[in-house]
Amino acid sequence: MSKHTVTMTVNGTKYTREIESRLLLVHFIREDLELTGTHIGCDTTNCGACTVLMDGFTVKSCTVFAMTANGKSIETIEGVAQNGALHPLQEGFWEKHGLQCGYCTPGMIMSAKHLLSNNPNPTEDEIRWGLSGNLCRCTGYNKIVEAVQYAAEKMSAEQEQDA
Amino acid sequence: MTYHDPGKPKQIDDRNEYHSEKPEGVSSQVETTEEIRVTTPPEISGMGHRMKRKEDPRFLQGKGNYIDDIKLPGMLYMDIVRSPYAHAKILNIDASAALELDGVLAVITGKDLEAHNLHWMPTFQSDTQMVLPTDKVIYYAQEVCAVIATSRYIAADAVELVQVEYEPLEPVIDPFEALEDRVIVREDKEVKTNRTWHWETGDKDATDKVFREAAHVVKQYMYLPRIHVASIETCGMVANYNSSTGKMQLYMTSQAPHAVRTVFALVSGLPEQKIQVISPDIGGGFGGKVPVYPGYVVCAVASLLIGKPVKWIEDRSENLQADSFARDYHINAELAADADGKIVGLRVDTLADNGCTDGQASSSKFPAGLYSICTGAYDLKAAHVSVDSVYTTKPTGGVAYRCSFRVTEAVHMIERMTDILAHDLGIDPAEYRLKNFIRPDQFPYRSPTGWEYDSGNYEAALKKAMDMIGYDDLRGEQAEKRERGELMGIGISSFVEVVGAGPSKDFDILGIKMFDSAEIRIHPTGKALARFGTKSQGQGHETTYAQIIAEELGLPAADIEIEEGDTDTAPYGLGTYASRSTPTAGAAAVMAARKIKAKAKKIAAHLLEVNEDDLEWDVNKWQVKGSPEQAKTIQDIAFAAYTNHPDDVEAGLEATDYYNPPNLTFPFGSYIAVVDIDKGTGVVKVRRFVAIDDCGNIINPLVVEGQIHGGLTQGLAPALYEEIVYDENGTCLTGTLADYLLPTAVESPKWETGHTITPSPHHPIGAKGVGESPTVGAPPAIANAVVDAMWHLGVRHIDIPITPEKVWKALREAGVQD
Ligand code: FES
Ligand code: FES
Repeated sequence: MSKHTVTMTVNGTKYTREIESRLLLVHFIREDLELTGTHIGCDTTNCGACTVLMDGFTVKSCTVFAMTANGKSIETIEGVAQNGALHPLQEGFWEKHGLQCGYCTPGMIMSAKHLLSNNPNPTEDEIRWGLSGNLCRCTGYNKIVEAVQYAAEKMSAEQEQDA
Repeated sequence: MTYHDPGKPKQIDDRNEYHSEKPEGVSSQVETTEEIRVTTPPEISGMGHRMKRKEDPRFLQGKGNYIDDIKLPGMLYMDIVRSPYAHAKILNIDASAALELDGVLAVITGKDLEAHNLHWMPTFQSDTQMVLPTDKVIYYAQEVCAVIATSRYIAADAVELVQVEYEPLEPVIDPFEALEDRVIVREDKEVKTNRTWHWETGDKDATDKVFREAAHVVKQYMYLPRIHVASIETCGMVANYNSSTGKMQLYMTSQAPHAVRTVFALVSGLPEQKIQVISPDIGGGFGGKVPVYPGYVVCAVASLLIGKPVKWIEDRSENLQADSFARDYHINAELAADADGKIVGLRVDTLADNGCTDGQASSSKFPAGLYSICTGAYDLKAAHVSVDSVYTTKPTGGVAYRCSFRVTEAVHMIERMTDILAHDLGIDPAEYRLKNFIRPDQFPYRSPTGWEYDSGNYEAALKKAMDMIGYDDLRGEQAEKRERGELMGIGISSFVEVVGAGPSKDFDILGIKMFDSAEIRIHPTGKALARFGTKSQGQGHETTYAQIIAEELGLPAADIEIEEGDTDTAPYGLGTYASRSTPTAGAAAVMAARKIKAKAKKIAAHLLEVNEDDLEWDVNKWQVKGSPEQAKTIQDIAFAAYTNHPDDVEAGLEATDYYNPPNLTFPFGSYIAVVDIDKGTGVVKVRRFVAIDDCGNIINPLVVEGQIHGGLTQGLAPALYEEIVYDENGTCLTGTLADYLLPTAVESPKWETGHTITPSPHHPIGAKGVGESPTVGAPPAIANAVVDAMWHLGVRHIDIPITPEKVWKALREAGVQD
């Protein structure tokens, strides 16, 4: 199997590694970088447990070669809290009980983060559609929707304060 | 219809009678309320507080520790070669090309296991299952052999290089054909038949008499298809055998680690103290992670043989094709009513397709689980229920889907039948249920199949649901829409659950009684550690158990660390499934805490220099009666337990309890669904869904709501979307999440929930358990709503999952054009 050098920035840190060309981004993140917060739940790009941000857009990292991310910037769940403070989305999931087993949660939070960056005040319907690429088997989604609403409100309030 | 072979001995329901012995001073009648009891301040957060979960910070930051996150030095990877046939002889396995591949260490076959007598293993239902086959495969995607390599990718490459020669045999897909015994699935069995067991309960003669005298009888065949729990995390293991110490560490996705340890000890011959099963964080279980699957055993054997850690993580397709299946019940039901329309009798014959092995984790006395709860919420004169099980060439059946004890099948049947009967009689289904419910003054209620329902108030729950959804207005709206030719339906399910297995006299898994356990240690500084025999897979035990102990001892829940899942440290227990954690281990926590409280009283009396009888408990302290300023808090007492305890009292402050429940608990609820049906496409949309649950006293309302929401989506799923389908060759057609459709946030409606509270009179804190209820209760509400929308067109029944195709066909058959 041919080897290549890949360089990417993950959660603000630049990494260079020798990898097999067929290595999936999710395995690169989980095994080479040992960032195991990004999960795997399927082999058909359906579940979204592996969702990360690549240059600000959500990708399902099980369906992206690590080589494809060469030169790009990746954000995973481990990069969401800043300086030890939880992100409003993480707070929202905690406050509203938006997680149970926690397995889908990192992917959900990354998708929600992308959703809110495009649409800071989504309707309930927009939240549901925005997260429809992420499966959760535990929560029944009500409380995930509430968690995202909590974060949207908190982030808008913070922005108003800043402005 | 009966499936029983007269030549075979019958297994008749021979369980003991249930009488819940009530604690002294407790009346058997309990009041129903709506108010959640809170007796501790928020700093303590005992029962009833909406406490945020203590386990969440690690999950929110990607710091959970799931099976695939475990990485040990020198770890190898296992992958599995699977059968492309549902039934075939194995003529030869040629692993030479795979073994030549760089990085491949071994290929393990059934013959290799046979050398150690490890090629078969018991299931929790006392059946047997192949670990790896030696001569034939009996289901599609069956494990044929395993490859061990230095990386996941190399192992997957090697799987492709293993050449297996098969001679295909005729598959047995239809369980009714299986009854004919033309093709035998399990040739390893002494008696060459596909019939596995026959079980029946109730009074047949009395039931037949009731039917002879009945004024109305409805009959319906229904099928509850095979479904799959599909927790988002699949199954997996890291086995770590240390040849110098002889210790086998098994990290695995197990909901029942102690039971697994015992099974491994029995199967492998390794001494049980040398086996440590560790369940790390589990990404959803729902019963699918109770059994021992072949992959686990092969992984453990691989580590034992090679002497290095070996990891096995199932792919999603392997998971969906080979393990964790539930339901697959073919039900013929008859329900009888007298001339007043009162339901009087139920007669049920059932054929259970358990695939190639009966994998249920139910008590050995209950091969059909708790299916005999099927008389439901109604006061019947007589009932008779029988179940026959057959083998087919499908993977192990009967495992679980947020319920393994067949309560879902029972509830679906009785709630569909009641609805059909009500519709036939032209009585509104809500009114009909209210007329037939067991009345609150009849509890404890003995059902015609022998259960003693602990407590209930079925009309309170249904009336609350009707109020909340605006039932009468909806019927008005439905009538108007019908005028305009639009299809709208309202469906009710008033279910009775039976959980908390179970009383030792009748409940065991492979002979091990189904108690559960708690061990509490209070440290000198007043902080605590509590360990349990159960294992959370998202239920929030780290929070709710802490709240139970906080309620009893007044220690802040935040100061109580909860541990589960490590068999070297946790007390023995049967694990978490079937909504048993609160009824069993939750009760054990209460009893252990009360033992501590009793010892604390002795210490407090010593410190306060008073007689024990002069003390009374108040939230978190023992105080002198009549002079509450003289008091010792639990923290004072904890310190004294290690520094200044009375001479006649042992040092330390800890206790263990193994709780044997006196009876099962019987949660219940009423659900109402409103559906709109698109006549052109057959698509069913659940517009509203109100769920009123009664699970007795509530430990944490936030967690209970979460359990109910999640369970409802897992009730919606089989009602409308999910089914494991096999073609005529026995090939699984739904082996990926692109074919097996889990609801997303878009399909899942906004659940509207509420509660009534009717405590269990025999549980020490009046709790009943809740996780299963919504999955059990929701499907018939949706199915009833769909049929309600189409009844006037002549549609009497549609089997779940109610796909657009089925609805569309039913509409066309009824002459509806668009
Ligand atoms: S792992 Fe399921 S979408 Fe990537
Ligand atoms: S919290 Fe378990 S899958 Fe979403």
